[in-house]
Amino acid sequence: MERQELFNYIIKWADHSLILGQRLGEWCGHGPALEEDIALTNISLDLIGQARSLLTYAGEVEGKGRDEDQLAFFRDVRDFKNPLLAELPNGHFGDTVVRQFFSDHFLFLAYEAMMEQSSDEQLKAIAAKSIKEVAYHRKHSSDWIVRLGDGTEESQAKIQQSVDDIWEFTGELFTMDDNDRLALEAGVGIDVSLLRDAWLKNVQTVFEAATINMPDAEAWMQQGGKQGLHTEYLGYILAEMQHIPRAYPNAQW
Amino acid sequence: MVIENKENTIKEVWKLLEKVEDPEVPVLDVVNMGVARDVFFEEEKLIVVITPTYSGCPAMDVIGHNVKVALKEAGFEDYEVRTTLSPPWTTDWLTPIARQRLKEYGIAPPEDGTPDKGRLLSEDKVIPCPNCNSKNTTMVSIFGSTSCKAHYKCKDCLEPFDYFKCI
Repeated sequence: MERQELFNYIIKWADHSLILGQRLGEWCGHGPALEEDIALTNISLDLIGQARSLLTYAGEVEGKGRDEDQLAFFRDVRDFKNPLLAELPNGHFGDTVVRQFFSDHFLFLAYEAMMEQSSDEQLKAIAAKSIKEVAYHRKHSSDWIVRLGDGTEESQAKIQQSVDDIWEFTGELFTMDDNDRLALEAGVGIDVSLLRDAWLKNVQTVFEAATINMPDAEAWMQQGGKQGLHTEYLGYILAEMQHIPRAYPNAQW
Repeated sequence: MVIENKENTIKEVWKLLEKVEDPEVPVLDVVNMGVARDVFFEEEKLIVVITPTYSGCPAMDVIGHNVKVALKEAGFEDYEVRTTLSPPWTTDWLTPIARQRLKEYGIAPPEDGTPDKGRLLSEDKVIPCPNCNSKNTTMVSIFGSTSCKAHYKCKDCLEPFDYFKCI
């Protein structure tokens, strides 16, 4: 697999974790309860840590001397390849929980497949490391889905609305673009389309315990993030995330 | 520093590493918590391999730095600290000494065995209170004050406590 294609493949995974981690970080000091504030930022920290490993590796593969910071802070909107789901606004706590729940269930299955199937030693190592952390994230978001869904009339209505609103951003996770197919053929990448059935089954299991109605699996789905075509939200995330390093390039602690 | 016997030097370095503390849980050292993975020579260069506990653990940079300081202070000149991700760190690597120290420090040590990653919802594990040993405890949050801990409270002595969760 050519360097640039492998770089593009790794960047998609890195950006998913980085942008979602940055989003969760916005909850710092604003969580609905102290314990949950700490939980959301713990998950954010794990995701940013995973992104650091992936970005560092992407930079090494690219071979142009870009490190994790240059890749995180000096790329623009079109260069980011995260799925749209990761950049959605936090909304209310239920919206954040649902976005996290969909992502956690996807990343768990993806890292499981990657650690078992990828021929790339470093991707395998990052996946094997990350899945241990994602397993905790998944339990946490699933617990909240049940607690809010099977909670009060108000929490049930709100979480069902969040599920219905965010559902259209889940389809993109399972799409295979040209680069994904190249990576799969090279034995490096995984076939994310094959993860969809297991994802739907797991999501449904939790929704049943939460008395949440499963949306239509065949509904029309948004996409574009993996090609660099983003919602208007990403620019604002980058503005906040990149401001300091762009204002003071090469600044060191 | 002239190294005459590499085998003995490696043994000394392991002893040296037992004095390098985890900045977040200072009763743990990098050897007994399983963060120091390997010590060897590449020709004349001493290599110390460490592995992160969690991907985003902010203590890792400090640990890497402290290992270098310890080597420098011991007189080493030609050395390198490398980070590896594989095999991934697990709480199973905490030695009995580390577990005992955690308990004395007021942090419940990890229960044996890694958790069932495939579970969709969190399990309700019985974690004895490190203060009064009561088993009448409850989990407040699966995420605690650092990446490696969960937050519990004891329903008998009413103290909140950290649990070093299995990973």
